[in-house]
Amino acid sequence: MHERRTTIGSRVGLHARPAATFARAAAEAGIPVTIAAGDRGPVPAASMLSVMTLGVEFGQEVVLAAEGPGAEEALEALVLLLESDLDAH
Amino acid sequence: MPTDVAARELVGRGVSAGLVCAPVLRLVPTAATHPGDGPDTGTPEERLSRIVAALDAVAHDMEARVAGAPPAAVEVLQMTAELARDPALASAAESHLRSGCSAEGALDAAVEDFCAQLDALGGYLAERVSDLRDVRDRATAHLRGDAQPVVPSPGYPYILAARDLSPADTATLGESDVVGILTEEGGPTSHTAILARSLGLPAVVACDRAAAIPDGTVVVLDGSTGLVELEPDEERREAVRRELAAPARPTATGPGRTRDGHPVGLLANIGTVADAERAASYDGEGVGLFRTEFLFLNRADRPDVAEQTAIYTRVFELFGGRPVTVRTLDAGSDKPIAFLQLQPEENPALGVRGIRLATTDRAHLVDQLTALGHAQRATAVRLKVMAPMVSTAEEARDFVLTARAAGLTEVGVMVEVPAAALRATDLLAEVDFVSIGTNDLSQYTFAADRMVSGLGNLLDPWQPALLDLVATVGSAAQAVAKPVGVCGEAAADPLFAAVLVGLGITSLSMAAPALQGVRDQLAVLPRSLCQEMASAARQATSAGAAREAALGLAESVRRLADA
Repeated sequence: MHERRTTIGSRVGLHARPAATFARAAAEAGIPVTIAAGDRGPVPAASMLSVMTLGVEFGQEVVLAAEGPGAEEALEALVLLLESDLDAH
Repeated sequence: MPTDVAARELVGRGVSAGLVCAPVLRLVPTAATHPGDGPDTGTPEERLSRIVAALDAVAHDMEARVAGAPPAAVEVLQMTAELARDPALASAAESHLRSGCSAEGALDAAVEDFCAQLDALGGYLAERVSDLRDVRDRATAHLRGDAQPVVPSPGYPYILAARDLSPADTATLGESDVVGILTEEGGPTSHTAILARSLGLPAVVACDRAAAIPDGTVVVLDGSTGLVELEPDEERREAVRRELAAPARPTATGPGRTRDGHPVGLLANIGTVADAERAASYDGEGVGLFRTEFLFLNRADRPDVAEQTAIYTRVFELFGGRPVTVRTLDAGSDKPIAFLQLQPEENPALGVRGIRLATTDRAHLVDQLTALGHAQRATAVRLKVMAPMVSTAEEARDFVLTARAAGLTEVGVMVEVPAAALRATDLLAEVDFVSIGTNDLSQYTFAADRMVSGLGNLLDPWQPALLDLVATVGSAAQAVAKPVGVCGEAAADPLFAAVLVGLGITSLSMAAPALQGVRDQLAVLPRSLCQEMASAARQATSAGAAREAALGLAESVRRLADA
């Protein structure tokens, strides 16, 4: 099991467009990835609805987890995504 | 009201100004009325595959509408499609199926699970609840083999009536036959209202029995007053046709003013840099409320003066020489501001919050005011600074001294606590301006928590007791010729805005898209009538009667103008 911690770079939190962008990327990772925030979760990262129910705000820490071949690379890509401001125009 | 008149008129809330006369057609069929009630057969596995197929069909419907849809609509449609395909929805439905639910029941229960969680989170996420229920209603229709709700396209102009319209319904209204919108649900900030305003379609929401009007009924709908006349006589139709055929009355532009030229500042509320960018593109006179919490929330460390200065500078630059009114940090033990180390409290609304934080941690206030001073000197902005949750003249004086020490020249306080409203004269002796936060003033006046559902009537801004407090502050400010603003959702309601002007308010601050409606309303009413509306509203003994009284007077002006 691989785990990565990171903080949310989107000013609006992991809510609207950023939640959709993240869930889409997680679905494309090809392996199941989970995301947890504080005492909420873990939930499947590929589900936008589940990601939204974490109510993650800007600057909050989240934990991503996955296992199996390619897990490390998949998590690295998702961490980079979360750290950027996904709602910036 | 005699019954024959009652049957010929419906009253709702006008949320997008404009007059239109056309037949009504309903969104058909209306959404599934009792989701989850359908009978069912088959094994849980068969039921699950039917649910998945229904959700998939909804996603396809949405994607099919994307082609040719305007950019704003594309996002709504794609979002709805993604919700329908969300794997978590199907797996939640699966677990309800295992406990013996029908396909419809499992889908409904799964949707409601998520709605409850999103609702509890509030704000943007809570607004997704209606999107999710829309997905459920559409999927339920697929499960039942019913037709999908469609916006009619009869080839002639009509007024679209519905219980409520989902974002997916409204997404493609721009290039349809729809010339007006009438719904039973919704409010001035619902997506239907926002979209109607952006398309310039007259709209009335919160209108009881709107969806029960038979198809083909001709109505005159007034998006300013909220009045809907059913089957008007030929004389009235002709009057409306003449009015519409006359050279378009230009909608008001520029600074806000009443019909007789009394100026009323029309300002925007902002809470992030992105908000500021959007607001700066509207026809507004500046910012009446810049909430600064976004700088402090969800971070462990204190933002230093340099970081704050950079962000304030970025926002001020957007508004050139226009005024920007900044509210200093408004936090309490219910907001997660780590560096303030707030102690848990039984009643955060009544605890150490707003300006009271300065008694335990003065450094954050001094830093914020210092950064605001730097940003003011770096830009051309006309900066006004105000403190939240001020109750006494002493607190006001202390804030003014601290702000002046940081080089700030226009310093005011918010009036949100009844004590501050009652002694507004004392506060005004200390400050350059005051701004009334109607939401908090309601909550503290009526001892009604804004977060508790079911207390809506107490929190109605038309409550005469709230109007009395606003009047007290308005007269106190008038007596010393100092500005008094209102920043709160209430200022965005054109009718209420007119009453506020009548109570002596000199500027109104609201979400930027609401500015035009308020500007148009004020432009047709003389100040003396605003004052009459205000005193009629204050003579009422209930919120509903206060609104009726003000509406009656506003209507009388329109009828005179029509005659």
